[in-house]
Amino acid sequence: MSPTAMAHALNAGLRRAMEDDDRVVLIGEDIGRLGGVFRVTDGLQKDFGDLRVVDSPLGEAGIVGSAIGLAMAGYRPVCEIQFDGFVFPAMNQIVTQLAKYRHRAEGRASLPVVVRIPVGGGIGAIEHHSESPEAYFAHTAGLKVVCPSSPQDAYDLVRQAVRSDDPVVFLEPKRSYWRKGELDLDAVPAPVERARVLRAGDDVTVVTYGALVPVALEVARICAEEGRSAEVIDLRCLSPIDDATILDSVRRTGRLVVAHEASRTAGLGAEIAARVQDRAFYSLEAPVQRVTGYDTPYPPSRLEEDWLPGVDRVLDAVDRTFEH
Amino acid sequence: MSTEPLSLLAPDGTFTAHAGPAGPAGPFGPAELRALHRDMVMTRRIDTEAIALQRQGELGLWPSLLGQEAAQVGAGRAATPRDVVFPTYREHGVAWCRDVDPVSLLGLFRGTTLGGWDPASNNFQLYTLVIGAQTLHAVGYAMGIVRDGDVGTGDPGRDRAVLVFLGDGSLSEGETNEAFVWAAAQSLPIVFFCQNNQWAISSPYSVQSRVPVAQRAQGFGFPGVRVDGNDVLACLSATRDALDSARAGNGPTLIEAFTYCRNPHTTSDDDGRYRSGSENDAWAARDPIERLRRHLVSSGAADAAHFAKLEAQERALGERLRTGCRALPDPPPDSSFRNTYVDLPAELAGQLSEHTEFVAAGQEDAR
Repeated sequence: MSPTAMAHALNAGLRRAMEDDDRVVLIGEDIGRLGGVFRVTDGLQKDFGDLRVVDSPLGEAGIVGSAIGLAMAGYRPVCEIQFDGFVFPAMNQIVTQLAKYRHRAEGRASLPVVVRIPVGGGIGAIEHHSESPEAYFAHTAGLKVVCPSSPQDAYDLVRQAVRSDDPVVFLEPKRSYWRKGELDLDAVPAPVERARVLRAGDDVTVVTYGALVPVALEVARICAEEGRSAEVIDLRCLSPIDDATILDSVRRTGRLVVAHEASRTAGLGAEIAARVQDRAFYSLEAPVQRVTGYDTPYPPSRLEEDWLPGVDRVLDAVDRTFEH
Repeated sequence: MSTEPLSLLAPDGTFTAHAGPAGPAGPFGPAELRALHRDMVMTRRIDTEAIALQRQGELGLWPSLLGQEAAQVGAGRAATPRDVVFPTYREHGVAWCRDVDPVSLLGLFRGTTLGGWDPASNNFQLYTLVIGAQTLHAVGYAMGIVRDGDVGTGDPGRDRAVLVFLGDGSLSEGETNEAFVWAAAQSLPIVFFCQNNQWAISSPYSVQSRVPVAQRAQGFGFPGVRVDGNDVLACLSATRDALDSARAGNGPTLIEAFTYCRNPHTTSDDDGRYRSGSENDAWAARDPIERLRRHLVSSGAADAAHFAKLEAQERALGERLRTGCRALPDPPPDSSFRNTYVDLPAELAGQLSEHTEFVAAGQEDAR
């Protein structure tokens, strides 16, 4: 156990996955000699060779499309898309092929492909480098979508994603790449599809994932000072969603705030709110609150601090749940 | 480069030997010639029966290949069982060559499945409807062959390649161009077999490009070969040479089989709105099956008894398709739910229960 940054934990997880199974192949732009623009694959090409860590031509459709073919040939490819806003040229392959293939093949064949994508804002970036595209993927049947918030989860989830026979869209909150946390390389990982209660509480539930997890924990700390007990749930797996953990919490607290960086309309928060009102309506003391990015394109970075859901906006939402 | 396509068999059935990169193509033995003819005849019967089944309301749609039998059978028979084939959605003749049960081709168009066969069992992948998408899967598969070490060993029991089909329309798709880039840069064991049937629904080839299909390969850095797509021997020879080269580790080839689909894009299309009947007549005079039949007769490779036997086989296939089509079972109502993920997620299990109850209630009401 030692404090490790998420980027290093991901590197360790990928290295372990490649050691465990020699059919794991990484494909992406600049992931070999450079080690990726975030250095997540640093040193892997040197140690595993250029047939297993492939510096691809520039072409996201080619990255995902060739990964599909590799999977058909019995390999377990892990794609790296360089930035969230660059995944869209690959959307045809992801939506029409990767997600649908098992269904088309009537369950006879699966595509064990992982598509890693750095996501989210808060890093002062230019356009297309701060987006949160998770709802597109969560809306697409046949994909699993995960998003770790800690180095340990990143390490565990990336290894589990590689072992999954279903395709996995693996979202890496880039704001969290260099946050350190404890990492145990041999810990027994939690099931992929299980949300995690990071802090227990009785008065209000805050559900979030990725880079907003530390924000939610800070909110809970402040709530405690104000005499309110907030439960914080890290969703981890965005598709399928672990309803049971959320519902169990909301049935106790009666209040729910969902926070994500992605735009509000038709986002994950809407889905969670819909499920909670459907299945825990009589437990609710107040309407479900969403704290999200706004329904605009991601703004110029000088405006992002106020655009992104931060501690104050989440606290305001918590307050609103107590107004009823 | 020459834009005159490689041709071995003239429309009147005259055979002219031609030296390709792997040596002279032909002569072809009588048994091989009869087999190729039979493949084309059976392919056309599948097509004709399927169109009739569509007209009778048994199929929702059928994409006909009329006129492209030589291209498909020539290319299909060039591949060995170990080679891996990626089709579009019109490769009924290639499916025939890969021993895919022709009845299973009908399921996709009858609505009983979105696939229809096990993609692994005949090394014949599922039909892909999104134009060009399969070219990248073929590239990835070829990358797998390289990583398996099954290329350039000189062992014919080991070396293998990928044969991917595409049409002239797909050449304008970004993904096809990415596939060319990847295949060239990694010198992958892959043959791109483009049936240039000159029309992408109503768009003539002039909408897609100002140079011949085969010429485009040059810009990507690998050979392009133009063949008479209505000449099964030219298609077979060119594809054999290209696959041999790919298996030997010499990288990709693009083959342009210059041909014409004499039926509309699908049974839902009306080609009278965009092209002339005289064009169709000209291509009918270049019919691929008739030209090989003439050659079989003039060379004495087949006699009347052979053709009579073939006709009986053809009729039997037609009967099997008609019966088999009507007997294709509807998929179980839970199949989509169960085939989306390896394990049924809880939310989807709930939706399946909801659906099952709804279906059961409907059946109860109907009683």
